[in-house]
Amino acid sequence: MPIQYYLFLSMALFCIGIAGTLMRRNAIIIFMCIELMLNAVNLLLVAFSKMWHDASAQIVVFFIMVVAAAEVAVGLAIIVLMYRKVHSVDINILNRLKH
Amino acid sequence: MKAIIAATILGVIMMFSSILMKDKKAIITIAALLLAVLLGVNIWDVMATKKGSNFTFLFNNMILISREGLWFNMLMTGCTFLYVLLSGKDIARVGTHTAEYFALIFFILTGVYLLSSYNNLLILFIGIEILSIPQYILAGSDKKNLKSSEAALKYFLMGAFTTGILMMGVTLLYGSTGTFELTRMDFIHQSSVNGMSLAGIIFLIIAFGFKVSAAPMHTWTPDVYDGAPTPFTAFMATIVKSAAFYAFIRLFQNTFGGISNHWTIVLSIITALTLFIGNLTAVFQQSVKRMLAYSSIAQAGFMLFAILSNNAVASQGIIIYAVAYSVATIGMFAVLMKLKDYTYDGFNGLAKKEPVLAFVTTIFLLSLAGIPLTGGFMAKYFVLQAAIMQGQLFWLVIFALLMAAISAYYYFRVIIAMYFKQGNPELHEPLSSGDKFMLALTCVLVVLIGIAPQLFLASI
Repeated sequence: MPIQYYLFLSMALFCIGIAGTLMRRNAIIIFMCIELMLNAVNLLLVAFSKMWHDASAQIVVFFIMVVAAAEVAVGLAIIVLMYRKVHSVDINILNRLKH
Repeated sequence: MKAIIAATILGVIMMFSSILMKDKKAIITIAALLLAVLLGVNIWDVMATKKGSNFTFLFNNMILISREGLWFNMLMTGCTFLYVLLSGKDIARVGTHTAEYFALIFFILTGVYLLSSYNNLLILFIGIEILSIPQYILAGSDKKNLKSSEAALKYFLMGAFTTGILMMGVTLLYGSTGTFELTRMDFIHQSSVNGMSLAGIIFLIIAFGFKVSAAPMHTWTPDVYDGAPTPFTAFMATIVKSAAFYAFIRLFQNTFGGISNHWTIVLSIITALTLFIGNLTAVFQQSVKRMLAYSSIAQAGFMLFAILSNNAVASQGIIIYAVAYSVATIGMFAVLMKLKDYTYDGFNGLAKKEPVLAFVTTIFLLSLAGIPLTGGFMAKYFVLQAAIMQGQLFWLVIFALLMAAISAYYYFRVIIAMYFKQGNPELHEPLSSGDKFMLALTCVLVVLIGIAPQLFLASI
C-alpha cells in the first residue's frame, strides 16, 4: 500500500485528537483524545519504519507507549484528586483560576 | 555524562531518605548536601573535557557531550543549589512529603542534563517528558488547595497535548529524512527541504512554544504559575524554562540552522507577539505572583531572540540570559514566599519594616527590568547584539526595546510600593540571619553577572 494512505489516516486521527482536545469539556475525554493523537503518531512511525526499512522507529513507538503510560499514571491521579474536591471532571471549573 | 547518572541515583537516594528521617530540617540538609555533590560531579564533568575540544558521542550516538552543554548543566545545577538554599524551608512548608519534592527536583535535573546533550530526537522526547512529568506532580503538591489541583490538571492537559504535537513533528522529520539522529539529518542543502520536513519543523516550533510559554501558546502559563505552590513556581519559571530554551536553541541552531530562511519569519512573529502580550498584560495585574508569571512570558520573548539570530553570540547569550534571569527570578520568588499578601499592596511600606528585604527586592527587579550594572542588562545586551549581527531583525530589536521600556513600569510599581507607600506588610516569620545572608549572596551574584559576564562564559 502506498505511504500516502497511512499518512492521511494518521493525519485524520491526529486532527480528530486535536479537535477533541480543544472542544470537549470532560477531562477524561480530553485525555482520550490526547492518547488518540499519540496513537496516530505511533501508526505513522510504523508506516515510515516500513518505508525506510529501518527498525529504529518501531523502538521509538515502544518508548512513546511507555512514556504515555507513565503520563497516564500521573494524569489520572491528578484527575482523581480534582474529582474528590469538586465531584466533577468538567474543565469549565478551571476558569475559576483566572481570578 | 557522569552527571546524568549521578542525578538519577541521588534522586533515588533522596526519595528513600524519607524512610529513615522524619525531621524536615534534616531532609532539607540532606537535599542541600546531595545537590552540592551533584554540583561537584558537574564541575568534574566540565574539568574532564578540554577547553575548545570537540564533541564526544555516547550511547550509540544518542548523546552528544559538548563543553558548552556541560557548562550549561553546571550553571543550572548551581542555580538549583541556590534555590534550595534560599527556599528550602518554604518547600518543606508546602506539604508533608518533603523528601519526595526534593527527589522530583533531582529527576527534573536529569531531564535538564538530557536536554543539553541530546543528539537523537528520541532523547529529546524522553528529556522533555522527564522534565515535565515531575512538574505536574509538583504543581499539584499542595493537595488541600483547590487552586493547586486546578493548576496541576491544567498543566497536565496542556503538557500532554504538547507531547502529541512534539511527537508528530518528530515523526514527520523522520519521514522526510529517514533518521532520528540530528548529526545525520542533512538540512544544509535547500533541496533536502520538502513539505513534510517543513511541517515537522512547524510542529516542533509549536511544541517548544508551549514549553517555553511563547505567545500564542502561553495561555496556560499565568494560571499554572499562579495556582502552583510558590516555591515550585519559582523552579518551573527558571531552571525548567531555561532548559527548554537550551533544547530549543540546540535543535534550531545546529540542525535547522542551514534552512533558517524557512522558519525565521514564523519565529519572529511569535517573538513579537510574546513580547507584546507578555508585557502589556503584566501591566494590568494586581497580584505580584501573577505579574511575575506574565513577566516570565515577556522574558521568554527576549530569549527567543537568541534562537532567531542563529549565531555564536546567540549561544553565549542564551546561557547568560538563562543564568541572569534564573538568579533574579529565584531571588524575587524567595522574597515573595516570605510575604503573606501577594498583591502590590502587600509590599506597601516594606522598606521601613525590612530594609534588607526591600533592598534586595529592588536589585532583583532592576535586573529583571534590564537596568545597567545588573545581570538582566548584560543578558538583554547579548541577545539583542546577536539579533543585530544577524542583520534582518532590526525592526524586532526596536520593538523589543520599546517593550522593555513598558516592562519597567510594572517592575517599578513594586519598588514604589515598598519605598513610597505606607503600610504594614506581614511576613510568615521574621527573617533569620541565614536568610539575609543567602538573599545578599543572590544579590551579589546578580550584580556580578552584570559587571563581569565573561566569568560565566569563561570555560566555553
